[in-house]
Amino acid sequence: MSALILIELNGSDVSANTRAAITAALNLSDSLDALVLTNDASNASSVSALAGINTVKMIVDDALEHANVEVASRLIADVMNDYSFLVAGSSTFSKNILPRVGALLDVQPISDVCEIKSKNTFVRPLYAGNVMATVETSDETIVMTVRATAFEHSGDGGSASVETISASMPSANSEFISLQESVSERPELTTAERIVSGGRGLGSKENFALIEQLADKLDAAIGASRAAVDAGFISNDYQVGQTGKVVAPKLYLAVGISGAIQHLAGMKDSQVIVVINNDPDAPMSRMADLVWQVDLFDALNELNAYQV
Amino acid sequence: MKIIIPVKRVLDPYTQARVNKQTQQVDLTNAKMAMNPFCEIAVEEALTLKESGSASETIAVSIGTDKTVDTLRTALAMGVDRAIFIKTDSELDLQPLHVAKILANIIKREEAELVIMGKQAVDNDNNQTGQMLSGLIDYSLGTFISKFDLSDDASSVEIGREIDSGIETRKLNLPAIVTVDLRLNEPRYASLPNIMKARSKPLETIELSSLGIDTSPRIKILSVEESGTKDRASKQVSSAEELFTELNQMGVL
Repeated sequence: MSALILIELNGSDVSANTRAAITAALNLSDSLDALVLTNDASNASSVSALAGINTVKMIVDDALEHANVEVASRLIADVMNDYSFLVAGSSTFSKNILPRVGALLDVQPISDVCEIKSKNTFVRPLYAGNVMATVETSDETIVMTVRATAFEHSGDGGSASVETISASMPSANSEFISLQESVSERPELTTAERIVSGGRGLGSKENFALIEQLADKLDAAIGASRAAVDAGFISNDYQVGQTGKVVAPKLYLAVGISGAIQHLAGMKDSQVIVVINNDPDAPMSRMADLVWQVDLFDALNELNAYQV
Repeated sequence: MKIIIPVKRVLDPYTQARVNKQTQQVDLTNAKMAMNPFCEIAVEEALTLKESGSASETIAVSIGTDKTVDTLRTALAMGVDRAIFIKTDSELDLQPLHVAKILANIIKREEAELVIMGKQAVDNDNNQTGQMLSGLIDYSLGTFISKFDLSDDASSVEIGREIDSGIETRKLNLPAIVTVDLRLNEPRYASLPNIMKARSKPLETIELSSLGIDTSPRIKILSVEESGTKDRASKQVSSAEELFTELNQMGVL
């Protein structure tokens, strides 16, 4: 009943959501291996340092630098003969690949697991997290992604052995062209302790700079509502909500966000929620621990000028 | 080039989902239903390709009970050429693997080279069906796309993918499946004359049982509960100083 963790790397670092997947998988099996698809064999070092991993299985090939999903899913499916569970942290990386692995294995994957009740029973969100379902799978092999906000992020301190799997690369009918990375000096949205999030109330891309200024002051990540993204104030990878990212920071400071249910779904588990808005009836305000009912520009200017 | 657009009928996304405690299901009786918003974006993209002369035919496909026809009529009213209705006898709990197998059957039958579909349905939020379908029929796959540029000879497509770290650009050779994200386009509304016209467009009904696909559930829902958003005891503040003082006391700065 071994479990395989699909490792997602950010550069050479293991992603936070992968660390959540390890914590989750330890509820399923006490024998965890990790699978790394990479073009760089030296990436084994950060993975073998993960606590809780027995063996790191490396598939190393130049073709895996920006691996095609067609190739990655085939390679993963072939490794799964030896395992009962495949677990990855929820992200665009895993959501792209794992369902295709599921199809190749004739398995129905389980998305966004938030709680593990038993080896075949899990809790996952429906309807943007407004409904939580307890589901039981009858598949012999279980494929799942887990919410990074629902499990502790496991640390380092392990010394897993490293095994290189020689695999011939399946043919691919697609190719990588380029990656336009959102470069930010700020904390990463899904793992940040503090988030300053802006909505349509900001009114323009230029005004969104006030949010950035406040985020820098608080050493916070920047978030946005879908309305702010649709209005072009900021790019989609900052979107918090059902169709964006799910976050649960210590502090979520929402500025000019009315609070559509799709947005609330993405941040309702935040420890402290602060709402700055001039509309006392906005759904967002009911979620707040602290409300400042004020013109948001007055508030942002005062906050940005305040000497902490 | 034929395009297939799978569409799903879901609870209207602006309606709060309510759980029926007796049945342990989300209560859809008399609920307002709509086409999944991501499916609308998929339909729009297919129509744009048809209008530019790149596509020969656009075909919407949906699976469900008789009420599902409403969603197909919406797609026809938006402008797709014809619809295929896979009819189920009752509200079957079809899971993405089943849906992917059914769609695979239709795509092979129609010899469609391109499938455009939503990245997720806003009821079950699985975000799986397109990926699974691509695995079953070995089409190239582009998920979460916000850009779609077909090559002049219609043999490949350059896509922009919305991924966690930014935008990834890839080239897919056809046949391909793409799943669409929010920013790809703004779906059109069906005009009244087009709604009328949609009534006479071809809609083929296929009994699911005639396809010979195993639809026994792999996943059983044991229970559901509303987790909604809990109101908090909101405390009013009225200055930056007051706010920072509170946040310091809470230990979150």
